[in-house]
Amino acid sequence: MRLRRLLAAMFALVMVASLASAPARAQVEVDVNKGVVTPLPIAVPGFSGTETRSAGIGADIAKVVSADLERSGFFRPLDPNGFIERNLDVAVQPRFQDWRVVNAQALVNGAAAIGADGRLQVDFRVWDVFNEKQILGLQFVSTPENWRRVAHKISDAVYKQLTGEDGYFDTRIVFVAESGPKTNRIKQLEIMDQDGANPSYLTPTTYQAMTPRFSATDQEITYMALRADSARIYLFNIETARQETLGQFSGIVFAPRFSPDGGKVAFSVERNGNTDIYVMDLKTRASTRITSDPAIDTSPSFSPDGTKLAFNSDRGGGPQLYVMNVDGSGVHRISYAAGRYTTPVWSPKGDFIAFTKQTGGEFHIGVMRPDGSDERILTTSYLDEGPTWAPNGRVLMFSRETRGGGSRLWSVDISGRNLRAAPYAGAASDPAWSPLLK
Amino acid sequence: MTPRLIVRTALLAAAAATLAACASSKPPPPAPTPYTPPPAPAPAPPPYTPPPPVASGPTGPIPGSTQDFVINAGDRVYFDFDQFTLRDDAKGVLDRQAQWLQRYPQVMIRIEGNADERGTREYNLALGARRAESVRAYLASRGIAGGRISTISYGKERPIDAGTGEDAWARNRNAHTALTSGAR
Repeated sequence: MRLRRLLAAMFALVMVASLASAPARAQVEVDVNKGVVTPLPIAVPGFSGTETRSAGIGADIAKVVSADLERSGFFRPLDPNGFIERNLDVAVQPRFQDWRVVNAQALVNGAAAIGADGRLQVDFRVWDVFNEKQILGLQFVSTPENWRRVAHKISDAVYKQLTGEDGYFDTRIVFVAESGPKTNRIKQLEIMDQDGANPSYLTPTTYQAMTPRFSATDQEITYMALRADSARIYLFNIETARQETLGQFSGIVFAPRFSPDGGKVAFSVERNGNTDIYVMDLKTRASTRITSDPAIDTSPSFSPDGTKLAFNSDRGGGPQLYVMNVDGSGVHRISYAAGRYTTPVWSPKGDFIAFTKQTGGEFHIGVMRPDGSDERILTTSYLDEGPTWAPNGRVLMFSRETRGGGSRLWSVDISGRNLRAAPYAGAASDPAWSPLLK
Repeated sequence: MTPRLIVRTALLAAAAATLAACASSKPPPPAPTPYTPPPAPAPAPPPYTPPPPVASGPTGPIPGSTQDFVINAGDRVYFDFDQFTLRDDAKGVLDRQAQWLQRYPQVMIRIEGNADERGTREYNLALGARRAESVRAYLASRGIAGGRISTISYGKERPIDAGTGEDAWARNRNAHTALTSGAR
């Protein structure tokens, strides 16, 4: 366990005085809600460092920031080999003409230093190249081993400054790593940074682990473990690797998901072939049955204010999406177009519910408003399923399986653009996105 | 060209409902199995001599063994897409399973419900559970005591056919009866 990495890192944000001149035109920005977006050309030269180690970290930070921004689909980091101005000093203005020549519209430069106390300090600035002014200046302090999280926090700051949306780069993905033949599939939980770094297995191969979900505190996961003779839910602490079974039930237990405040888990329990939704209070460990009907009721997902649950039920015939109050009252259906709707997941922003839809032999990832309106289909394939939201409510990651092939992780923007494979090369499924790390 | 800035604001308020407790049930105790003493240790093998000519007579699975069950009763029944009701062919197999299980009352079983891959993970776990229950209820109606039967669903996680296409999917929509103890 990388405990050192997971201990509270010291991040100090210091606003750095701006070296500005009066703007000649509107400030550089990215409109993420426009129909067609040309990615903003941005330059992220290697951050400077006073000696070998800090210079190495500075170069690595710039590479991680560039990769984060490129992956978002809104930025096009320029090739550093073409840069004219070299050895930028973060304390002085860049030679803006040099950056206009390479067609950069924004510039991110920085400096990394390791102090006498061993701490890493990173200063960076974001510049509007055409208007020749600084639009952001911050400083982060941490341990040198934490340089990746510093880089992701810089990406989040740059992204937020230029798009107006919250970032999602200082996050992790927990998912199911798959191997072996389809008829005897090995399924283990694995966790990684959202850019694919630091992959680490969490569970053994002796049982199949699936459908992991993060709690709001990001140090705890809940997931379902399938063995030959049991299906149960575990609570798993990432820091200590301790896990405990959730409750005691005679049937199979599955589909767990935390409430937004981390105080409850909603899940499905099967009794005599019938599946209903339960909610457990994690303090008292008391469970309450929330649905009580002969239909399949599963895949519960809390609204971000914790008052409602979206879920999947076939009480109307085939699988559809429903919303109810957390006490089980007020059940109403929200999916209406032809097709089978499953895996509802409420956005952390509350404005959409993502889902899997099957029509005409194909699978789709889609979103709709919580009242069922404004349905948008974002993807189509042989088998797409199980979306998870990035904490900014813009990006969805999901599993995609090709016909006769294995499952891989993919992501797509809520606009349907920027569909791309996630940075994990192996067979994988059931991704879950952490909140922004603290 | 500088696009306009769009600012999104998040409207979130945290509210949590407190919920009352509810009891859960315990599983029924398993039915007692008759005591069978362990077999005597095998004697040391004799020195090799060429085998005598093979006498004619039935060769086949040992009565009461898993192989006997699989061959003579059938350990798997199949379902239509998204269905959990038993087809006539399934009932025929289950009738033979029930007869076999009555002949060997010490045998305990686990009914495993399975689904094809043309569905999502959690819904398929629930569907598999329905299929297992259909088989359990039918065997119970044929006199097999509930204490001998456990059920589970594997959803789409343990297909028997790794292929794609309707033939493979039809094979994967099944309920399997596993003999968990008491078989020879």
